[in-house]
Amino acid sequence: MNSTRLSRAAVIAVAGALFLSSCAANEADTAGGGSESDSTLSGTLVGAGASSQAAGQQAWTAGFQELNPDTTVEYDPSGSGAGRDTFIAGGSSFAGSDAAFDLEEIEAGEFGSCVPDTGIIEIPAYISPIAVIFNLEGVDSLNMDPATIAGIFTGDITTWNDPAIAATNEGVELPDTPITAVHRADESGTTENFAEYLSATAPDVWDAEVSGDWPYGGEAANQTTGVVDTVTNGTGTIGYADASQAGDLGTVAVGVGDEFVEYSAEAAAAIVDASPFSEGRGENDLAIELDRTSTESGVYPIVLISYLIACEEYNEAEAAELTKAYLGYIISDEGQAVAEEAAGIAPISETLFERASAAVESIQ
Amino acid sequence: MSTSGSTKAPARIKAKQRPGDRIFAGSAVTAGSLILAILAAVAAFLIIQSAGVFTTPNEDIQILQGQSFWSYVGPLVFGTLWASFLALLFAVPLAIGIALFISHYAPRRLAQGLGYIIDLLAAVPSIVFGLWGATVLAPAVQPFYAWLVDNFGWFPLFSGPVSGTGRTILTAAVVLAVMVLPIITALSREVFLQTPVLHEEAALALGATRWEMIRIAVLPFGRPGIISAAMLGLGRALGETIAVAVVLSAAGTVTFDLLTSQNPGTIAANIALSFAEAYGVNVDVLIATGLILFAITLIVNSLARYIVSRRSAFSGAN
Amino acid sequence: MTQIPTVTKAGSLDRPIANSYSSGRLGDGMPWLILGGSAVVSAVVFVLLQVGGVTEEFNISGAVLLTLVIYGVSLYIASRLVEGSRRAVDRLVTTLVVTAFVIALLPLISVAFTVVTNGSARFDIQFLTYSMRNVVGEGGGALHAVIGTVLMTGAATLISVPIGLLASIYLVEYGRGRLAQAITFFVDVMTGIPSIVAGLFAYAVFALIFGPGVKLGIAGAVALSVLMIPVVVRSSEEMLRLVPNELREAAFALGVPRWLTILKVVIPTSIAGITTGVMLAIARVIGETAPLLVAAGFTNNMNYDLFDGRMQSLPVFVYSSYVSQGIEAQASLDRAWAGALTLIIIVMLLNLIARLIARIFAPKLGR
Repeated sequence: MNSTRLSRAAVIAVAGALFLSSCAANEADTAGGGSESDSTLSGTLVGAGASSQAAGQQAWTAGFQELNPDTTVEYDPSGSGAGRDTFIAGGSSFAGSDAAFDLEEIEAGEFGSCVPDTGIIEIPAYISPIAVIFNLEGVDSLNMDPATIAGIFTGDITTWNDPAIAATNEGVELPDTPITAVHRADESGTTENFAEYLSATAPDVWDAEVSGDWPYGGEAANQTTGVVDTVTNGTGTIGYADASQAGDLGTVAVGVGDEFVEYSAEAAAAIVDASPFSEGRGENDLAIELDRTSTESGVYPIVLISYLIACEEYNEAEAAELTKAYLGYIISDEGQAVAEEAAGIAPISETLFERASAAVESIQ
Repeated sequence: MSTSGSTKAPARIKAKQRPGDRIFAGSAVTAGSLILAILAAVAAFLIIQSAGVFTTPNEDIQILQGQSFWSYVGPLVFGTLWASFLALLFAVPLAIGIALFISHYAPRRLAQGLGYIIDLLAAVPSIVFGLWGATVLAPAVQPFYAWLVDNFGWFPLFSGPVSGTGRTILTAAVVLAVMVLPIITALSREVFLQTPVLHEEAALALGATRWEMIRIAVLPFGRPGIISAAMLGLGRALGETIAVAVVLSAAGTVTFDLLTSQNPGTIAANIALSFAEAYGVNVDVLIATGLILFAITLIVNSLARYIVSRRSAFSGAN
Repeated sequence: MTQIPTVTKAGSLDRPIANSYSSGRLGDGMPWLILGGSAVVSAVVFVLLQVGGVTEEFNISGAVLLTLVIYGVSLYIASRLVEGSRRAVDRLVTTLVVTAFVIALLPLISVAFTVVTNGSARFDIQFLTYSMRNVVGEGGGALHAVIGTVLMTGAATLISVPIGLLASIYLVEYGRGRLAQAITFFVDVMTGIPSIVAGLFAYAVFALIFGPGVKLGIAGAVALSVLMIPVVVRSSEEMLRLVPNELREAAFALGVPRWLTILKVVIPTSIAGITTGVMLAIARVIGETAPLLVAAGFTNNMNYDLFDGRMQSLPVFVYSSYVSQGIEAQASLDRAWAGALTLIIIVMLLNLIARLIARIFAPKLGR
């Protein structure tokens, strides 16, 4: 009796082992080597950082691995802070971060993977517009100037038919629904960029210090998807989120100078081009000082710039070779195009590309 | 237990020492001590990591935004205790009811299936409870919350303004209650099923109704088990991370209001929300809050132990 | 409401008084009759509310709730009048217990329904045979996450169950004095370790050994063990304590050594409860997201080696698919729900196997 039961258990165990040793159907060719590719690259490249880049990195790793079948790129979307700490500790070869390193951090910094006393390169390769989204029945688009947006999110403007909103939206019928302003519960680069924009353009209304934490009241939701879900499920809700996630929600055209600009990839890339590089940094450190108050025509000022951070000189030759190739792929037309398709980023401009590719070329 | 040779009594024959016994007892002691060692290691890790918080001036820690560590962690402690208390308030009576239903009320065939389903629900990942709470439960209860605030707003717990999305601490507590329900139910059910049949039959034979039988025989027998189960549930409720992070709209306030969008956060959810973007000493702050949660669990458990020990445990093994 | 006592009185008077078994008791059909009556009353109330314009549409959950309240109260009154207070309390408790069960089942069913309806969209062959390597937008699968979850949870179980079971044996069979008290107390404390702290702890330990930034499957397993051990100890301790002392004494009287008594008498007697406890512990940790994200990392590729490289797991897969959706949001969301469904199915299978094991080894009891 017991022996048949034991043998049955053994059969289950064997079947389980067979299942465990099976290979993923789409990975069968990876072990065979790059027969159909002339790439000589091989090895594993590890990066970690901003979760905002996750969708884009997924597209980039897929594209890069298809070109170089013997390579594997692991990107851990653990968050900018965690990614920067991992990079400093030498646990990864490159980092993704929603903010560039401070000058003090770079000067004090010992970067684990880099040759001591060499610099780092920072490339603004992930530019994404942040949309102000709302859910109000029968309204698809609204014009708002910065002061109105700031007023809504600080809690000064509490109903949708407030005169401040009505003034810039003639002909739109606004209900007296109370406004529920939704913000990110987690600390995030999106919040920091949004706050930076409001603080620069409407300093009278937005009087709090700029940081990744939300300084005012309102409804809090976890991650971009949490904000989008909350705005979608509520009524009279408004929030800010990565533009690629806006979906069918209404969006705000933001006041720039005398005109109102809807978000678009071109408008987002335009503000980056209109902004200077941050001063006092190395030649290959392309940190950008966004000019939020720009009144140039056709720029969309609420953008998130996420950086790719790497060493100028690596301790290990393999890491240098792979990072160089991978970053080169990311900033290339093809790399930017796949990420635009998969994650809705704004492709970098020709001028930025030239600076970035010079920086990537310098990796050794 | 009575046979374990007490060598001091001279009249007794010395128990024979067998190698099997020694090995077995030895490994049991080792396992027990290993647990203490692991816990000590976790505690040491928490204390060492959080030391940095108290040696760095508050102004240099960005996450604290100028306030002291204690005023940062205070509302979180309150929120953790408040949410867990509410969750247990809902979950424990319900769980005992379900466990009794399965063990003593439902037909036996049905009961087995039901027990199985409850066990399964213990396995639903917390992120799913979170998504369910935020996208299904919260919109469904929001009109009810609005009604409560309109009609019972004078009652302190229900004062307004009502949350526009229903993602309040009450919703979070309900989600937590649903999450701990299977754990408490499964354990209580096993304990109720172990009630000696003779006790039950004796009670029934004396003319007790079913409820009286349960009150006289089943509940006293199961009380330590129920408390253990509740403590396990409390442990999960206190430490639950992702589900609370997704459901709760947190702001660093201390309030008993159940229905507004300004709710106190919880320690575990706050760690999850802030950890990804934290770096350097900010990570230490979050780990220090973890240490506080650890201390809270210690205190709550001591209290529970104290309460249990005042009534002697009813056990087959003593 | 008021006519209900008269109805029951009539009901009891109709019966021949001579029948001593049914006199002074509510008839078999009476609770059902009262339930029907309560349903009608509450339906009328809510229809009136709707007609009166207080509520916009017929509120089903409200009506069900009111029905249960009316039923409980009127059954109690009826039973008290006819059967006396003791039976009335008994009936009231029965109603409460059943109500508790129904109330608790509602959210649980709602959760299960949500997962199954959303998860079945992508729960196909491709989902179970593909990893996410080189997948953008639609398609892809979770094989890498399934393997990771099975390996890491398996390793965690291998670590925790022996330690936990032995510790609980120590507590119940050997433990006296301070060490036992300390273990009991601190095991309770251990249940309160927040999951993310367990992850940070495991990560810190492995970073000390293998250098910074290391993410390994085994680190995830260690993190899960830290969470799992207290649940195993607590539940098996409870079960071992319930084994009647008579069984142990009988074995000792036959000259069976203590360790054999424990192995052959105590554990088999309580094996069903212990397996439930172990399954609960597995269920508790298999859905953990935060510690695995910290300790085992994130990857899109297959990894069979617990000791080398990052390892994906289903909860992390679900969480990251939900959080970073990209342009093809629906595809990513479908993958998230299918992942959750897969996880539940895995636990279901494990549960079945555990029950089988319990049935094979458990002795036949009176129940």
